[in-house]
Order: sequence, then C-alpha cells, then structure tokens
Amino acid sequence: MNDFSPADWRAASDTVTGNRALDLEEPLIFELGDVGRSGVDFDGDATEMLETLPRRTAPVDLPGLSEPECVRHYTRLSRQNYAIDLGLFPLGSCTMKHNPRLNEKVARMPGFAAVHPLQPQSTVTGALTVIADLADWLVRLTGMSAVAMSPKAGAHGELCGLMAIHAALDARGEAATRRVILVPESAHGTNPATAAFAGFDVAAIPAGADGRVDLPALLARLGPDVAGVMITNPNTCGLFERDMKAIADAVHAAGGYVYCDGANFNAIVGRVRPGDLGVDAMHINLHKTFSTPHGGGGPGAGPVVLSAALAPFAPLPHVVRDGGGCVGLVEHAVDRPEAFGRMCAFHGQMGMFTRALAFILTHGADGLARVAEDAVLNANYLLARLRDVLDAPFAHTGPCMHEALFSDAGFAEGFSTIDLAKGLIDEGFHPMTVYFPLVVHGAMLVEPTETEGKAALDQFVDAMRDLAQRAKAGDPALRSAPHHAPRRRVDETLAARKPRLVFEAPVQ
Amino acid sequence: MLATIGAATIDDLFVDVPADALQNGPIAGLPMHASERAVERHMAALSAQALTADQAPFFCGAGAYRHHIPASVDHLIQRGEFLTAYTPYQPEIAQGTLQVLFEFQTQVARLFGCDVANASMYDGSTACWEAVAMATRITRRARAVISGGLHPHYVQTAQTMARFAGDDVCLLPPRATQHSDDAAVIAAINAQTACVVVQYPDVMGRIPDLAAIAAAAHAQGALLVAVVTEPAALGLIESPGTLGADIVVGEGQSLGVGLQFGGPYLGLFACSAKFVRQMPGRLCGETMDADGRRSFVLTLATREQHIRREKATSNICTNSGLCALAFSIHLTLLGGSGLSQMARLSHDRAVRTARALAAIEGVEVINRTWFNEFAVRLPLPAAEAVETLARRGILGGVPMSRLCPERADLADVLLIATSECTELDDIAALAAALKEIVA
Repeated sequence: MNDFSPADWRAASDTVTGNRALDLEEPLIFELGDVGRSGVDFDGDATEMLETLPRRTAPVDLPGLSEPECVRHYTRLSRQNYAIDLGLFPLGSCTMKHNPRLNEKVARMPGFAAVHPLQPQSTVTGALTVIADLADWLVRLTGMSAVAMSPKAGAHGELCGLMAIHAALDARGEAATRRVILVPESAHGTNPATAAFAGFDVAAIPAGADGRVDLPALLARLGPDVAGVMITNPNTCGLFERDMKAIADAVHAAGGYVYCDGANFNAIVGRVRPGDLGVDAMHINLHKTFSTPHGGGGPGAGPVVLSAALAPFAPLPHVVRDGGGCVGLVEHAVDRPEAFGRMCAFHGQMGMFTRALAFILTHGADGLARVAEDAVLNANYLLARLRDVLDAPFAHTGPCMHEALFSDAGFAEGFSTIDLAKGLIDEGFHPMTVYFPLVVHGAMLVEPTETEGKAALDQFVDAMRDLAQRAKAGDPALRSAPHHAPRRRVDETLAARKPRLVFEAPVQ
Repeated sequence: MLATIGAATIDDLFVDVPADALQNGPIAGLPMHASERAVERHMAALSAQALTADQAPFFCGAGAYRHHIPASVDHLIQRGEFLTAYTPYQPEIAQGTLQVLFEFQTQVARLFGCDVANASMYDGSTACWEAVAMATRITRRARAVISGGLHPHYVQTAQTMARFAGDDVCLLPPRATQHSDDAAVIAAINAQTACVVVQYPDVMGRIPDLAAIAAAAHAQGALLVAVVTEPAALGLIESPGTLGADIVVGEGQSLGVGLQFGGPYLGLFACSAKFVRQMPGRLCGETMDADGRRSFVLTLATREQHIRREKATSNICTNSGLCALAFSIHLTLLGGSGLSQMARLSHDRAVRTARALAAIEGVEVINRTWFNEFAVRLPLPAAEAVETLARRGILGGVPMSRLCPERADLADVLLIATSECTELDDIAALAAALKEIVA
C-alpha cells in the first residue's frame, strides 16, 4: 500500500492551470464575473417609475455571468460532489436511496409547479387532490387518525408533534405541570432541541445493554410532570424497539403522549403501522421513506401523522375532502378553533408531495412493503458479512432493521472511525454516518437502502473488510486519507477559529 | 443473501416486531404498484385540473412571486451530483455543494446589505420566527413588536411559536392606509422590546422607512428585524442592512425557485457579524485542506442541534439546499445589473397596472408608493371579484380576506402584483374585466 505524503502528491500532479484532466479547479463567481455582466435578456423597456419610490443609489454588488460561463461554473462544481447517482451512499439514518426521475418530471407538471398558493381554490383542484391523496396514504400506511401536511422537514415535524402535545395538555389544563419530555440518549439531536423549542424541559433516558431504551429506567421516570416521550423506532442503533407498545401503554397510563421520530419509517413501511404500537404523533421524512431528493441539504418535508387524541390540535392549514370527494382548504382559526396555529406560510412542501405521491403510486401497497423488506435484507447482509472484522455491538441481540451499527473497537492505537470513513472515500464510496449514535464509541452507522443490488453490496463489503484490516493494523496511509478526492482532509478547526463566511475581495 | 444472514425468510428479520403488529401481506384498501406510464398519466390528469400562471393574465403575489426563470437554472439543479447529494458532511467529496453555499451566503449578505448570511432556512415565515428567537437570545428580552404590514401567515407563524416559547408578541393590526405603520411601530417600542419586525416592502406593497425605525429601536436597545418577501425589490430600493436592520430575513422564492403552490421555498437569513454565534442553521466557511488548497466546510456547528442538543440555537437540520442552489444560479445569471433591470421592469408593470385600475370608477389605489405590488379598494368584496375574474380566466390578485378573514375592514382590499412577465395585454385584460365586474 502506497503512502502518499502531501508533497509527493502535489509533485506528481502539478500543472500550469492547477487542473488535472477532468479534475478541474473552479474559482468563485466573485472572481469570475462582474456586476455589469448578465446571462439574462428581458423583453420591453421600463419607462415608468414612481417619483415617490425611494431608490437605491447603486446596483447590488453581485457578479453576473453569461449563460455559457454560468453553465460551466455550476457543472464544474457539480463534479466535485459525491451523490447517489455516482454510487453507494450508506449514510445511516439519512436514507440515501435512488431518486426515480419520474418524480422529477411529475413535480414540474404545470398544474403543480406553476400555480400560486393563494389562487382561488377552484383553480387548483389537481394540486389539492395530490395533497389529499398523499395525506390519505400516509394515514393508512401508519394506522393513524389524521395528518398535518405543512411541516417543512423532519425537525419541523417534530416541532409540530410536540406543539400538538403541548396544546392537548393545555386543553386538559395540565400544560403548566407536565413540563418534561423524556428523550433517549441515542436520539437524533433534533429531538431534545425540538422539545426545548416547544417549551418543554428535557430529561435523558439511558440506553440498555441491548441498544434499546432502558425500559425500567423509563418507567421509573414517568410521573405527573411528564408530558410525553420522544422515541425513534426503529431506533438510531438500527434496532426495533421491542417494548414500544409497553412503553406507549405505560406513558398513556401516566397521562403522557408518545412522539415517535419517524426518520426510520422506511424500515417498516407497509409492514408495521405505528398506530398499532400506541404512537400519538410521528413525522415522516418524505425525503427518506418516499425518496424525494436530498438536494445537498434539502428541501425536505415532514408531514406528521396524529392519533385521535391529538388530531383536533393539528396546525393549519388542512386539506379536507367532503362527502362528495371535493377537496378544499381549511386555512383559518375561525374554522378550526382547536388547531394550535400555523407553522409556516402557505400549505407545505407541494413539490415534495408530488414526488412522494408518484413514488407511492409506483410502488403501491405491495411495493412499499418490499421497500422495507429489501432495506432490512440489505442491512442484515452487510452486518453478516462484516461482523467478523468489525465490532458490531448489538449484533448478538438479533437482526438489525434497515441499518447496521459498528464501532471502532479493535482499531490500532490512534486510529478511529474517521480514518476508515476517509478511506472509503478513496474507494469510491460515501462514508457511513460516523460518531452517531452517541451511545456507541466511534459509531459507524451503515444504511445501504433497498435500491442497492447484491453486486454493489459485495463491492462495498470488499472495501470495508480491507479498510477494517488496515485500521486494525495501523496502516499510516489511512491516517492521511483521502488521497484521491478533490480535496485532502479539510481543516475544520481553522474554519471555526477564524470564520470566513462570505467572500471578501483581496486588498489590492 | 438470506443464507449468508442465516435467516430462512424475510420475516425472520422482523422478529423484533410483535407478531400482532406485523402486517402479513399488503395493507388492505390500498392500490398495488403501477407502471411509470400509468403513474405519469394519472398525475398529468391531476395537473390538468388547474388554471396555471402561464395560462392566464397573472397578478398574484402576497409572499409568492412569479418571475421568469432561465432554462439553465432548472437544468443545472437537476444534475445528479447536486440533486442526489446529501448535506455536505464529508467536505472532501462535497466541495461542489459547499462552494455553492459559500457563494450563496455571500450573495444573500450583499443583497440584504449585511455582513453574513447562513446556508438557508425552510422559508421566509420560519426564518422570520427564527430571527425573533435570535433577537430574544441576544437582548435577553422577550417582547417582539410586529408591524401590521407583516404578512399575516408570518404573523400567525410567529404567534404560534411565541405561544410555546413563552415570548410576548405585541402585534399591530393591519390597516389599509396610504403609508406603512412606521409611527405606530416606533410608538410601540419600549425598554422591554427585544426586536421590531417590519416587512419591506410590506404586505400591501408600501415601503417603510427602515432607517427611522432602526434608529428608534436602537435607542431602546432593541434590534430591527427586516423581512423581505420579494427580494427582486432590492434591485431598485435600498438593502435593509444598509438602512440599519440588524437581522434581515426573507423569502427567496421569487428568484429561481418558482411558485410551486407554496413550497418548497427558501428562507434567507442574514445579520451583523457580531451576532454570528447566535445564528440558527448551517453555515459554510472557507478553510484549507491538508495540501493548503482553498476549501469549504460546514462550520460553527457548536450552535447546532447535533452538538448542543436541547441548548442549540435552533432545531433545524435539513434546510433548503436545492432551492438555495436555484436562487444562487438565477442571481448569478442576473448579476447586479440584471437584477436592477428585472426590478425596473416589474415596477414599470405595476405602475401601468395601477394606472389602468385607478381609471376604473369605484376602484381606488390605496398605496402612495410601491415596488411591484400594491393594494386597491374595490366596491365589492375582493374575494368575490377574484372568483369572478378566475371564471374569466384571469388570476387577478390575492384578496386580503384570504389572509385575514377576521378583518371586515379589509374585505374590499385586493393585492395586485406584477413582474417582468406581466404583458401589457394582461394589464388591459385585467382592467377590462374588473371594469365590468365593478359596474
């Protein structure tokens, strides 16, 4: 195995331009364009201007590029990204699966894309039907009573669920006394942050030795000050919470509500209805389970399904269908006084609804169950083929769900998860989720998703087995990986110590 | 694969699910899978049940605006390397997204006249609330004064959040007056005020005097949060940060993103550099790699939920990355001069439209000034007029009653918005139809 030192690598690749064939360096638009250049032409002249308008004195200092310059700039930048379209992207808990292109086509249909959110309802019945149809599917797939469609991402959905709980407690006259939300240690960081934003105090519940919620600890913490629990199921260790129903029954008996973080619903869609397990509220990341594209960090969509107990408090607006099947919008508090309010402008992430509905209709009830089954099959296959070379802390408890969890136990002194992850980059894979969940040392959370075939998984296994051996043997080349990416290891400490968040032209 | 795992059937992998909760076979009452062609036909049939912005003379605004989006924007955002990438957690193989975010942050900061901007929020309304929450953290005060010119959906979002966060919202009523409610806003500021929230231009298109409000706020130790729902306006009027706003948030939809029936949209968030560690959301910063090459990376994560958990500045995780890319590309194609030209054309069309409508007996243009949106008073309920216009194939604006039906005094107020896409024929069609409806 070669160990490329930085100096060797530079010397081997120096060119006049700094480019290396298809590996192209790209300046910033602020170094390429100028304020007078534009790639857009307009029809007609502007001759009318109000004298009363307070005008700015100079154009905004924004560089423009011509269309060919612009297309080249962003095309070059795109090539410095890894993406699902390029290869396996086993980012645990994030669910990077293939994004079917039919969904892109559908989202751009004019009846969904070229309509205004405040047009008369009679002129947008197709768009409203999409929302109503998707809502119907989500309610039936989860076995719940209702769904709030407007939350804009998973964390926004969490907020919706906790606000519904808060509003329900308010209606019971217990909001002042029930102040605590119980959150397992293994939870996504959004869970405790959300609980705090919704006006609750957070109490952590430890994980048991089997990677699940410590049931006795949770039961012991229940009481008249507890508003509810937030439980991720399947959880962030990739395991199904076997005691979910018992937890829900106990929480309900103690007067609280059960929020389920539905980030991992893709592992059980079509096979398990969370409503059957006693859940009161759960967000569904449409970009995970129903494959709307992640887009380099959103947009997402986080509809929240609600139990009968919480349904009356769902935020505005609601898309409703009357007895005759006609769709309409309920937008105002006067029409739904129990609703806890509005969480955002307009009606939610329409562009994600169309994509998700197209995914759902394509798969159907049968295909969605296969989505879950194949995701779980693929994760267990990886677990089975890697557990002899990597520590799998909970593999002894039985099968995993849609993701397999490993730790860095057994790595050579000074080697950690980050080294294996960066080594994966050189092998042409995106790393798994690293150092999460926090309950496992040096966690590596691997989620292959259902859209990978066996050949891709086997190639990944080959790379992982080799990297695991190198990490255990202490191969120094791994410590400086990646060697073949557009960038070597990036200095995150420097970025945080002297934040440079906007471009500043160098002083002449 | 099952043999490798040591399982006999798929259901052996679901052994942790209680048997009575595991579905055996497809969930009842739901359709089975369908072909790509069948789904496309079904969705196309639904799409056809619409009167679209491209089919009709179009005058809707009120927080969502129609501008021409150059074809290259949608082409570029569909490149798989952008579309199917994740939040850039591994910077060595995400420099494309990261450099875009760095450029986007710089564009937003310059557009808003601020030092720094973040890598986006969900939309304008949630960005607005996050700005209020940030102001309460900075000032350690709980009272927010909200102008009656703030979009009612933004107001309702802030009220919802304030109810649960325990903050105190001093809300001024919306009024259909010639000028924005600057004097009332200034009068409402006191020593307990964390921030004043002012939309610029406001929901009826009036343009508040931000400099005067900023001075009054600062005199009491409060911050000015300016809200921009139509960033194209800044091609023609001064940037809020330049006028003294401490935090500037906005809706980026009007550049690159499109109408999309209300979402996904793009929250813009910018502020003074001294507040950067109190900002919500992702931030991309410049740094170097091990070879000393310029690189970009997500930074200052110690503000965020995955590190700080219940002490984070926000619970936001996923934001609007792809919409930020679309916005950034559109703005790069425009450049400062193109943005000015787009703004001038949009304003020109609004002036012409207002003149045409003011000529109708019984129709009164309320505003004294505006950018590309203004309010008119009709001699009939505005919602009724809009429905009648729609039946004639005209999307003739947004009635204020759609946003605040509880305000009987606004029932006859109609919001009219234009852009460079507004044709002179469209203006004539609207004026002719409205004249008949009013008569």
